[in-house]
Amino acid sequence: MSAKKHKSKLKRKNSIAGAAFVSPWIVGFLVFTLYPLINGVVMSLNNVTIKPEGIIYTWAGDEFYDYALNVSTTFKLDLGSTAMMIGCSTPVVLVFSLIIAVLLNQHFPGRSFFRTVFFMPVIIMSGPVISSLLTGHTVDFTDEGSQIYIFLSGLPSVFSKPCLFVLDNLVLILWFSGVQILIFLAGLQKISPSLYEAADIDGASSWEKFWKITLPHIAPLALVCAVYTVVDISNYSGNAVNNDIADNLFNTSMMYSLSAAMSWIYFGVVLLILLAVYLVFMLLGRKGKS
Amino acid sequence: MKRSFKNILEPAKRKRVISLAAVYAVLIGVGFVYLYPILYMLVNSFFSREDLLDPSVIWIPTEISFDNFAAAFNTLDFFRSFFNSVLLSAVPALLQTAVTAVVGFGLARFKFPLKRLLIILIISTFLLPAQIMMVPRYVLFDSMNITETIWAQYLPAMFGQGIKSAIFILVFYQYFSSYPKALDEAAGLDGAGKIKTFLLVALPMATGAIVLSLLFSFVWYWNETYQSNLLFGSAIQTLPLKLQSFTAQYEAIYGGNADSTINESISLAGTLLSIIPVIILYICLQKQFVESIERSGITGE
Repeated sequence: MSAKKHKSKLKRKNSIAGAAFVSPWIVGFLVFTLYPLINGVVMSLNNVTIKPEGIIYTWAGDEFYDYALNVSTTFKLDLGSTAMMIGCSTPVVLVFSLIIAVLLNQHFPGRSFFRTVFFMPVIIMSGPVISSLLTGHTVDFTDEGSQIYIFLSGLPSVFSKPCLFVLDNLVLILWFSGVQILIFLAGLQKISPSLYEAADIDGASSWEKFWKITLPHIAPLALVCAVYTVVDISNYSGNAVNNDIADNLFNTSMMYSLSAAMSWIYFGVVLLILLAVYLVFMLLGRKGKS
Repeated sequence: MKRSFKNILEPAKRKRVISLAAVYAVLIGVGFVYLYPILYMLVNSFFSREDLLDPSVIWIPTEISFDNFAAAFNTLDFFRSFFNSVLLSAVPALLQTAVTAVVGFGLARFKFPLKRLLIILIISTFLLPAQIMMVPRYVLFDSMNITETIWAQYLPAMFGQGIKSAIFILVFYQYFSSYPKALDEAAGLDGAGKIKTFLLVALPMATGAIVLSLLFSFVWYWNETYQSNLLFGSAIQTLPLKLQSFTAQYEAIYGGNADSTINESISLAGTLLSIIPVIILYICLQKQFVESIERSGITGE
């Protein structure tokens, strides 16, 4: 009995210690994340006026959401172009980083040099640097009159629009791939070499080995990379939507509220994209199994 | 016998050479497109005004000109902005690393109620975009009177709500979960308290996670402009923030003079100057950068 009591006391002590270790995060979460989050919802639904005695809220309902979606001329367009940017870039980033990771996983001299090169953009990725470097100084694939351009613009716009968009922003999109390449590379190195040896004995080609061994092993990582890519691109400060939100912050007639409403709409769109990514992976996974 | 053996080997060898050549070709080709903007910046920032106007000069400048750098150096107010940048990235990186390590340890080594919920919350904060927090956080900091001070950047980092804190917590969680419980118990028997166990047993085993967290926090804080632009206004100008308003700054200093209008080379020199500190850091620590991800346990066991 006393041993049992002692044990439960120890258990309690243990959970108190654990709670103590995580308490900074809980406090931070309540103060710097949850409270602002709720406050953001309140602001988006209220008129905010700043008076010397404090901030005064007056109920406005969905006025600002309505304004952002139906009155503002730019927001909807920017939302569309940003969603397209995220939607088109994510598959490109995934495929590109997987190809580069597979290549870098081979043994050849200069491997670490290339690894350094392809990781470089992560280091210098900031809004101002990108806008200074990637406007006008990239390799131009969509020069009017180039064969690719002529070919693509002949296609129906459902295909040609995303393709041209990707080509137009190719370098920017590729620059989002640094972390993903390394994650894939780490995953590839964990696949046991004996699997490949067994496949060699059975006479499998490299192509077959890629589809039958490599891809199933790193599929879970691909989901991680996809989520990371979507979040990373949606947070990128050069986004049209992000600029809208920042520009409207001190909009005199709709102080804070319009920006808050816009950011919630944008968050909803990003969540939808994440959900779509998840569904696509689920479907592919089920197809792969059957 | 020997000869036929050689015959078997030869095609395999040839195949290997061909595949290597293909790998190099793809990597160099893609690498060139990938790094083209950086190469362009490196070369063009050394162009003099004459070379820039001369269409026959494309990649190699006729003379190496440092005038652009002098102008960009002044425009950026380099030393002050550099100091601000370090202040706003090295310190938050340290704070963030310390806190995420503590929280990760708490999650990995203790059982307490609602732990699963806590982990789900931590992951979901990663999905919360910066712009949704921006407006209300600004209002919060404003009511605390700490906008335009370094505390607006330090306080969230100090409580595990900094840039991508969730990732670092999960990395530490992975690291601290991976060593046997007996080690903790042994330290406990030797009379070490929980804090001592954390500092002397757990931390030394997580050097990889510490390196990862320090380096990436530093770089991400260094490159952050979206929030700091709003929080610091013109009070604290980091290098990227100065770069953002480069043209306006340049005109404020050198304006009015017709033959000193801003040109591409000067703004490229400014860009180069603003990223050179992180590039140097990267060149010195590239191995740690790259390997820290590979050993981070993000990929799971």
